[in-house]
Amino acid sequence: MAEKIYRINMTDLSTRIEDVPENWMGHGGRGLTSTIIAAEVEPTCHPLGPSNKLVIAPGLLSGTPAANSGRLSVGAKSPLTGTIKEANAGGTAAQLLARCGCKAVIIEGQPTTGKWYNITISPGKIIVNEETELIGKGNFATAEAVGARLGEKLGVISIGPAGEMKMAAANVSIKDPDFRMRSAGRGGLGAVMGSKGVKFIAIDPQDGKVEIANPEAFKAANKAFAKALVNHPISQGLGQYGTNVLVNIINESGGLPTRNFTQGQFEGHEKISGETMYDLIQERGGKPKHGCHPGCVIQCSQVYNDADKKYKTSGFEYESIWAMGADCCVDDLDMIAEADSLMDDLGLDSIETSVAMGVAMEAGVLQFGDGAGICRILRDEVSKGTGLGRIIGGGAAMVGKSFGVARVPVVKNQAIPAYDPRAIKGIGITYATSTMGADHTMGYSIATNILNVGGSVDPLSKEGQVELSRNLQIATAAIDSTGMCLFIAFAALDDETCLPALIDLINARFGLSLTGDDVVNLGKYILKTEKAFNDAAGFSKEDDRLPEFFSLEKLPPHNVVWDFSGAEIDQFWNF
Amino acid sequence: MKVEVKLFAYFRDNRFSVKTFVFAGNITVEEIIASLDINIEDVGVTMINGRHCKLDALLRDGDSLGIFPMIGGG
Repeated sequence: MAEKIYRINMTDLSTRIEDVPENWMGHGGRGLTSTIIAAEVEPTCHPLGPSNKLVIAPGLLSGTPAANSGRLSVGAKSPLTGTIKEANAGGTAAQLLARCGCKAVIIEGQPTTGKWYNITISPGKIIVNEETELIGKGNFATAEAVGARLGEKLGVISIGPAGEMKMAAANVSIKDPDFRMRSAGRGGLGAVMGSKGVKFIAIDPQDGKVEIANPEAFKAANKAFAKALVNHPISQGLGQYGTNVLVNIINESGGLPTRNFTQGQFEGHEKISGETMYDLIQERGGKPKHGCHPGCVIQCSQVYNDADKKYKTSGFEYESIWAMGADCCVDDLDMIAEADSLMDDLGLDSIETSVAMGVAMEAGVLQFGDGAGICRILRDEVSKGTGLGRIIGGGAAMVGKSFGVARVPVVKNQAIPAYDPRAIKGIGITYATSTMGADHTMGYSIATNILNVGGSVDPLSKEGQVELSRNLQIATAAIDSTGMCLFIAFAALDDETCLPALIDLINARFGLSLTGDDVVNLGKYILKTEKAFNDAAGFSKEDDRLPEFFSLEKLPPHNVVWDFSGAEIDQFWNF
Repeated sequence: MKVEVKLFAYFRDNRFSVKTFVFAGNITVEEIIASLDINIEDVGVTMINGRHCKLDALLRDGDSLGIFPMIGGG
């Protein structure tokens, strides 16, 4: 079936299924959400007001049998950063939306009645109903109730209480095949969904299928692509240890932000490491491997059980474990797992919220190392929307301002994730220049600075870092448009068969003849479109800077500072 | 001279996490890897005292050597 735009106006509850405009045709995922937002959202609008739009788009290859093609892009103007925003996540929604013939969902306007709604999307049909039963409920209860109400196989995109309360750290949650949550985490998109009065979107593809222009060529390309992924040693390590395999290597490099970014190594690193996690999972009858969507051949997720061998959490990521672990000095994986599960249920970004906790610890709100305190604040303050809960749920910068803390690790108001830019300078360029605020996934310089993937660049030297981050950000913007998981990038950087196979997949899907240059140009177009939105929203090069403390305070053990000048950083945009 | 050797991920299987060795004379990273029966092709990253190093780097007394397979995440 021809793909369509599914548009829902929450002011008057009208819905329309529209033809895809010609200049949106070649886009998917992030490229499409950013194109639509740039075209339809006034850059100076209030992110939580009626002029902002929440745009949800499967990738170009979503809904096909292509390996690892289940990422869903969610975009809007961010209430956290004030910039354009795209956050993507796994789960089943991208594949199921694509099977509905849905190119993108655009949710616009805003109810003036204070009522809440749910939306059901199926091929050629949008239903909007008032929602009363699930308001105030967490993501897990919501997903289960939707499963019971409408069918277990349906995709579910939902917000938890954090999104309902329009907290700037609220995420958009996407159900995985086992009723667990994957998160379009960053930038407060859950608050935008909450501001539209939408509790959940259910997706029912019925017997809808994605048409493939050249099925034979597609099959051959998918075989080559999946082989490149499966054969890469990093894919294999991800299956065994998950992303948390990074704790020890980043700690060893001296770039593991610890105690609210005052040290580069954490004494308790071994206790929260991927190696320890793997042993615990095995001992407790969990599963080291788990896929967040059908067709994933890497399986970096897992099933983590508690000491009583009962299910505790999954999708237990390095970033979350670092943030609550090293940054808050909690050396207890079970406590971190408890907080991870609470954040999934409340619908909170586990990076933003945990870094906010680290800043709160520096302010003396609770002590460093107090994992039980983190869980208590999530349960008793954030979930109930108390004053403290709303400050924490407002993100790291909000905590810093509220408690008078100067050491606040944010760029464009978004918390810096799990790699200290003083000791790993390439990622600092990405934090500074990303169109989304500090976000490692926008240009993962760690690959080349630390992991020796795609070559090697000295993490403590400035040389080559701007060019590295630029090339990675361009490539990432393109990959984020395909629906592919970013972890294909390790194979793409090292295995020369991987990227051509991906381009072959896109060509076979749509009957096109794109080349590598077209993909690079797509990435450049996306970055420039996003930057133009930000410029029009009032951002300038002075916003492409790291917080002052990174230049003033030496980070042990290498005793290094952030030493890029503004003019050096600004070279990033020379393309 | 004393050198601390740290292994990570599956390199620990049937070996160790951290161990201090005493070597009589000069020794390179590659020679230590070979002595541990680790396939050099499997090695992704080596660091001496938290700095990336080449396989032919010489160890000095008191150094700490980290040996990692090819790993990634993010």
